[in-house]
Amino acid sequence: MKKSLWFLTLILILSIVLSACGALAGGQTSEKFRVAVVMPSAKNDLAFSQSMVDALTRIQEEMGPDKFEFVFSENMFVVDDAAAAVRDYASQGYNLIIAHGSQYGSSLQEIAPDFPKTSFAWGTTADTFGMRNVFAYEAASQEGGYVNGVLAATLSQSNVIGIVGPIETGDAKLYVDGFKAGVLATKPDAQVNVNYIGSFSDVALASEAATTHISAGADVLTGTAQMVVGAIGKAEESNVLWFGTQSNQTSLAPSIVVASQVYHWEGIVKEMIASIQDGVLGGTTFTANLANGGEVIEFNPDYALPAEAKTLADTTIAGIKDGSITIALP
Amino acid sequence: MISDLFALNVLIGILASGIRLATPYLYAAIGETFGQRSGVLNLGVEGQMLIGAFAAFYVALSTGNLWLGLLAAMIVGALMGLAMAYVTVNLSAEQGISGIGFFLFGLGMSELLFQKLMGTVETVKGFPKIYIPGLSDIPGIGEIFFSHNLLVYGAYLLVPVAWFVLNKTTLGLKIRSVGENPDAADSLGVSVARIRYFTLILGGTLSGIAGASLSIALLNVFQQNLTSGLGFIAVALVYFGAWRPAGVLGGALLFSMINSLQLWIQVLGIPIPSDIAVMMPYVLTILVLVATVSRVRAPAALTKPFERES
Repeated sequence: MKKSLWFLTLILILSIVLSACGALAGGQTSEKFRVAVVMPSAKNDLAFSQSMVDALTRIQEEMGPDKFEFVFSENMFVVDDAAAAVRDYASQGYNLIIAHGSQYGSSLQEIAPDFPKTSFAWGTTADTFGMRNVFAYEAASQEGGYVNGVLAATLSQSNVIGIVGPIETGDAKLYVDGFKAGVLATKPDAQVNVNYIGSFSDVALASEAATTHISAGADVLTGTAQMVVGAIGKAEESNVLWFGTQSNQTSLAPSIVVASQVYHWEGIVKEMIASIQDGVLGGTTFTANLANGGEVIEFNPDYALPAEAKTLADTTIAGIKDGSITIALP
Repeated sequence: MISDLFALNVLIGILASGIRLATPYLYAAIGETFGQRSGVLNLGVEGQMLIGAFAAFYVALSTGNLWLGLLAAMIVGALMGLAMAYVTVNLSAEQGISGIGFFLFGLGMSELLFQKLMGTVETVKGFPKIYIPGLSDIPGIGEIFFSHNLLVYGAYLLVPVAWFVLNKTTLGLKIRSVGENPDAADSLGVSVARIRYFTLILGGTLSGIAGASLSIALLNVFQQNLTSGLGFIAVALVYFGAWRPAGVLGGALLFSMINSLQLWIQVLGIPIPSDIAVMMPYVLTILVLVATVSRVRAPAALTKPFERES
């Protein structure tokens, strides 16, 4: 029996080490601006978490690795683990700690007062809890959703369009509602079928949801969150168009992805850095949108988008930027 | 709106989706049935599936050969089963805990390999749908039953084969006797250890195929935690199916059909909140379980390590 306990302990330790190996340890130079990120899914999920890693990578390229450094803990699906990671990073003296997920809010609310000299950020949300060392950031994902929706309506021939969503909340709901508004503003008689699968991770169900949409006659699909990777494959198999969001999803199916709304958090993070260097550690809410470059519609160069559709997309983007198009959300 | 549900194309869609969704559950749960009938509860199914899914995907991606991918999934699944057998049979470890250890190992290992070897989500061309002349052309029936890929058919063929092996062969008799009364089986010269090694390696192999059915047949992608709990549902289905292949089939189909029904309910815009819709498969499965349970008994030696009295 003793032998077996020993073995079990070994297995458990090994597994914990393996699952934690995504987190990298940071250096200790004090002149560098040091950022730590805690995020719910993988750094390369082609969605929410990747959007932040890509943004920080771009900042590092711009500022240089000797001036800017970042580390991250990925797959922090369990909020308790994430909270522990945030606290660890705070005690290691990082300048800015980003809790990249709205589920981390209450943990941050608890931790931030213990480290008054450290700056924290969390999103997507608008709530800084009124704390002086907490930034909040959110994405107006309905804007890119609207542009995608306008294009989807223009390209659809069956006038049936399907949406695969995770859980009816946060920026997923904003995106879905914006997309729907965009479709209906362009083709009021189009039919938009929405399916929330109840999970951010169930790739199998998301992919079957896409198949369901296609059986129901949809010839254009979109979807949001990291579980849509399988759904994109189903769209490709049936030669149905796809619109992406959060990250550029073209690489998954170059023949059918028309455009993706991509989050470019670097503008917001740079504003936070500037603010911290001026001694203001928090208290502001930032919104990424089309106008401030926090959201960009990236077209797939390999998809032959008709010129008039491209023009329509460009005028829609311009309209949202200058405020002449307002998006009515339910 | 509700009447839309009974349109022919919708019914066909629901049934065809349900059949596809049940595939990974069938492989994993039938494998688990063998293990449990021989007295070993393996909670590591999810980990075996993840490792299998990754191995299949990575090998298929790098060699372009789906069969090699499937073989790789079977081999790594079998190795995981072998390790589980060593821990539970030779070391007599607590089965529930060691199973969870293997799950965590599979989760972490598949993630680590994914990061190191691939680094980003990619896609492969998976097993194609198989067109069966004649059968696939029957309206309705063809789409429901005969518009699937090879691994879907394999899962359903596995059910009668598993039933036959368990109930009609000497091997099946040995498995069942080891699970019910290992002391008696041992005194009659049946090697309890050897039988449990066999069922766990078989279970691991089938879990590996279950993973491959996701990564190179149904979804054709690999992502961290691709299975997201499927393996645990498969273990539950073994209880649901009262340790019988036919019962497992019934449970897997019920759960999957209700899941595909709720997908259609949302697509058709039937005004049921999505949160309620996604609960349906779980709620109904629990209700059926409550209504049918207690008539059958678990294998008597389930979770009990066998130690020969000396």
